[in-house]
Amino acid sequence: MNSALLSVDAVSKRFRGLRAVADVSFEVQPGHIVALIGPNGAGKTTVFNLISGTLAADSGEVRLAGARITGLRPDQICAAGVGRTFQLVKPFAGLSVLDNVVVGALVRTPRVREARGKALAILERLGLADRRNVPAATLTLPDRKRLEVARALATEPRLLLLDEVMAGLRPTETDRMIEVFRQLNAEQGLTILLIEHVMRAVMALSREIHVLHHGELIASGAPEDIVRDPAVLECYLGEEAA
Amino acid sequence: MSGVLGQLNRRGAAWLALLAIALLALPLFANSYVLSVAIVILYFAYTGQAWNVMMGFCGQLSLGHALYVGLGGYAAAALFVHFGIGPWAGVWAAMAACVVFGAVIGMLAFRFGIGGVYFALLTIAFAEFTRIGFDHWEWLGASGGFFLPVAQRQYNDLANLRGSPEMFYYLMLALVAAAFALCSWLLRTRIGYYWLAIREDPEAAQALGVNTFRYKMLAVVISSAMTSLAGVFFAFYYNNLFPEQVFNIGRSIEIILGPIIGGLGTLFGPILGAAVLAVLADGITEALRYAGIEVPGVKQVFYGLCLLGVVVFLPHGIWPTLARWLGVTADTRRE
Repeated sequence: MNSALLSVDAVSKRFRGLRAVADVSFEVQPGHIVALIGPNGAGKTTVFNLISGTLAADSGEVRLAGARITGLRPDQICAAGVGRTFQLVKPFAGLSVLDNVVVGALVRTPRVREARGKALAILERLGLADRRNVPAATLTLPDRKRLEVARALATEPRLLLLDEVMAGLRPTETDRMIEVFRQLNAEQGLTILLIEHVMRAVMALSREIHVLHHGELIASGAPEDIVRDPAVLECYLGEEAA
Repeated sequence: MSGVLGQLNRRGAAWLALLAIALLALPLFANSYVLSVAIVILYFAYTGQAWNVMMGFCGQLSLGHALYVGLGGYAAAALFVHFGIGPWAGVWAAMAACVVFGAVIGMLAFRFGIGGVYFALLTIAFAEFTRIGFDHWEWLGASGGFFLPVAQRQYNDLANLRGSPEMFYYLMLALVAAAFALCSWLLRTRIGYYWLAIREDPEAAQALGVNTFRYKMLAVVISSAMTSLAGVFFAFYYNNLFPEQVFNIGRSIEIILGPIIGGLGTLFGPILGAAVLAVLADGITEALRYAGIEVPGVKQVFYGLCLLGVVVFLPHGIWPTLARWLGVTADTRRE
């Protein structure tokens, strides 16, 4: 329990009358890749927003390596070691691809030259290096998704939150992205929590899966167990598994 | 910042050097009329650059920058007239006053999540109630105006900013150069990157570790401090201050026209914009006189149409297009 990198403890969030997230608890162990799945509107992105400080939880708390991060601002949570991507990508449209990533890298160093070097290496890794000088506004959607990942990685997170970064990618691109995360996980021990509908990616990457439905956690376990869980089949995986 | 800032290539640098020489030599050739126009251009280039820090870089729209001109001017003028404290000391009081006002506005807005047009309204409100306050402040002449002893023109007294237009010209030129250098340096630091990130998407910036409150405050404080210097200059150059004039919202609009026409968020935009606007205004007057048209208001109509044309055809301002056309930037991307 104490060894968990991320502990989400009985977190709840209401929007007016709607229960978006109800009493959700789970943990992510260091070095693991964990998936958060569930139907649209299940509350997955809200959980991310609660972890990253974009939203304030009504109750419950989130801890990073034992330290409470609930109540901190998003920039403080980023500095503490949580990097995130946005499902609806948010590139700095008027800045170059490289400068987008430099902004992320500057959280670890005030020196722009150093940040640029790091940003370039990350763009290299994600296959965006040749596009580094174009304005982010001109990127295609798959490239914007990769830019989201690159920027988040530039903040040198201990925990990376990925919100549907595979959506809209072609299968070959998905495989490339999966490979990038596998390498980061293997080489640097990067811990990843991902929201994903692309089951191919979920099954290939995750060691553990949590399933959200109507804001509640309805199942948690190893991928091979989750895909056979009757409750999960009914609310989410039904058609695919049938 | 990789070309995004319109870093000049060698050709651009050559042009810039040529321009600098021309500006330095200008008083040797110019008559008093040309010199007075040049001073106005430099004044607006400077205030535009200061305003651009807030809006062009950090994306915070101020429609009340006349506040800082007025406060800065009154602060330095009051110390000079009432206590005999020279402008070089007074300038610190001017800056302090403006920074305090800027910080209060920023604190109110950014702590309570007032953004966009509501922030702009707040800046107008502060400028307006400060104007009304000064209108009733007898110690500073109230609405009747506050006057500095009229300049003697026999010799230049730089310590007290009493002297010839040439002295004021060089002073303003130095301010413009310093502001340009400061902004160009800031944009190459983490501060600049964070400002642009906030301008482009504050939520994404915050998720990347940017303390948006702190950096927005920094933009307001730097911008207001810079603008206060223009106020000190204004007071000592014109030797009179009327609340109705210096704090007027029309003054605030004049300040922001240059950078918008020249190119928001660019380093050359405010300078180019100030020059274009002044030449345009005088050019239209001359052209109308030449054509013998003397209908009241026709000048304003032409002026407005020209601005409309720029906004419609060059939505990013003149500089980005001009720079590409001249081939003077290392990188021809947008701004």
